[in-house]
Amino acid sequence: MIRLEHMSKSYGDYPAVIDVSAYIQQGEIVGFLGPNGAGKTTTMRVLTGFTPPTEGTAAIAGYDVVSHSLDARRHIGYLPESVPLYLDMTVMDYLRYMGQLRAMSRKWIDERLPVIIETVRLGEYQNTLVGKLSKGYRQRVGIAQAIIHEPDVLIMDEPTIGIDPIQVVETRSLISELGGEHTLILSSHILPEVSAICRRVLVIHEGRIVADDDPENLSDRLQHAERIEVSLRGAESSEAISQLRKLQHVVDVRRDSRPAQERMAETGVVALVVDARPDEGAPEDVARTIVDSGWGLVNLHPLPMTLEEIFLELTTDEEAPV
Amino acid sequence: MRNIQTIAWKEVKTYFASPMAYVVAASFLAITGFFFVASVSDPFSEASIRGYVAGAIFFMVFLSPALTMRLLAEEQKLGTLELLMTSPVREWEIVIGKFIAAFVMLALMVAGTLYFVIVLAWYGDPDIGPILTGYLGVLLYGSATLAIGLMASALSSNQLVSLVVGAGLLTALTVSNFVADRLTGVAEEIVSNFQLGSSFSVFDTSSFGVVEGGHFADFARGILSVTDIAYYVSITAVFLFITVVLLESRRWR
Repeated sequence: MIRLEHMSKSYGDYPAVIDVSAYIQQGEIVGFLGPNGAGKTTTMRVLTGFTPPTEGTAAIAGYDVVSHSLDARRHIGYLPESVPLYLDMTVMDYLRYMGQLRAMSRKWIDERLPVIIETVRLGEYQNTLVGKLSKGYRQRVGIAQAIIHEPDVLIMDEPTIGIDPIQVVETRSLISELGGEHTLILSSHILPEVSAICRRVLVIHEGRIVADDDPENLSDRLQHAERIEVSLRGAESSEAISQLRKLQHVVDVRRDSRPAQERMAETGVVALVVDARPDEGAPEDVARTIVDSGWGLVNLHPLPMTLEEIFLELTTDEEAPV
Repeated sequence: MRNIQTIAWKEVKTYFASPMAYVVAASFLAITGFFFVASVSDPFSEASIRGYVAGAIFFMVFLSPALTMRLLAEEQKLGTLELLMTSPVREWEIVIGKFIAAFVMLALMVAGTLYFVIVLAWYGDPDIGPILTGYLGVLLYGSATLAIGLMASALSSNQLVSLVVGAGLLTALTVSNFVADRLTGVAEEIVSNFQLGSSFSVFDTSSFGVVEGGHFADFARGILSVTDIAYYVSITAVFLFITVVLLESRRWR
């Protein structure tokens, strides 16, 4: 359904996307995962025909996005990250307009609109001006315009960014529902979000695809290290470090050098970061060692890996144990 | 064709929902009304619409860009252009649709001045020829100014910038005879032939200062010239084409 072949896109001298190839089958739900500026939006803009690739090709439903742009565009519904909407139109007028631009007949739109309004749960706001809606509701209008013409391919750029947590949950479940009917691509910089919705994840970093896997495998690949934040009282940091390093599953121990932790050192609290092999009970071992040594355990906190670290893992450590 | 209709209709509805169109229409009717009344109030004045026409084309230099400034600038500012350009719609359909909407507004404004003709017919015996060519000239001149204004709107996401660029370009094209006066040979020919049309002699206050110039002069006198019609149609076409190219070039940035 979607084909990217050696696609590169540069803005002037700046390469935004470099040699990306991917095939996405009909009905797949694919997540583009990557930090800001990784090239997710650029890839989506190439797929939607908004900007042509500098090199290589992209095709939607067999239509090249450059040479058969209009045909390709007929098969997509697109929700850009900024959720652009005409603020001075009512929800219904806006959706009707977008439907007509996607070559839908008036009669068809009138039949389809109530269904769409129901799907995105906009019922009570259908005659409200878009400009008066909150961010979360505007997001729903944005999703509605993307699905009004029942496109084969649905492309959503950061669909949950900037809305409150309750609406994030609702939006995710809405997107999951849509996944059943459409080939769906969404981008995110949040791993759990992608894991929850998508069955395939393309990790994009600095313009390249660095991983293409299902979420479970990806998590396994990433969780080969467990990081624990420890604060303790009554020991010199060098002494504590050498003690903790002796533990079986601990890989490395170092001082936490963040400013807040450095300030704590003045009050006699030693802040450390412990890297350990995962799922081997390292936090318990660390806690026991500290207590047995007669020190005061102030804080022990297993840290989830940040996205930046995940990308660092994927891009620098090829021999990571699977 | 359907896309053009959809876009034009949406823009016309937006005009009617926004204060700008009303402000522009009210200023247009007030200003042209004043000039019409002033021109027929002189003793022994002729029963013509020359005063109205002169006022209309003079103030279109500012009013046309005010009508068009929103059309593409706002799409860029809101980001809705991205949705428009990823829908199965061609750039020229967007441009023509928006142009038609602006032209409909202009035509409605001009239609609002038709009562001048009734007033003339009631109290005098106007020559219908110059009235018809005058209205035709206003519409042709108007479409050229709208095309230039629309191009200015494609240049920036800031409506004010679009307005200033549009009005600036139109002013330059209106007063180009001053430049032509100081040139010789081919350069003079070219610059003077590109004068969009002017209707006032700034330094001549007799006969209400109406001294039509440029391609507009003949329309005001009741003469239909193929050159003049071709000039305004070409200016409209060329600037609409530039607008399309500007939109297309956004894809390559």
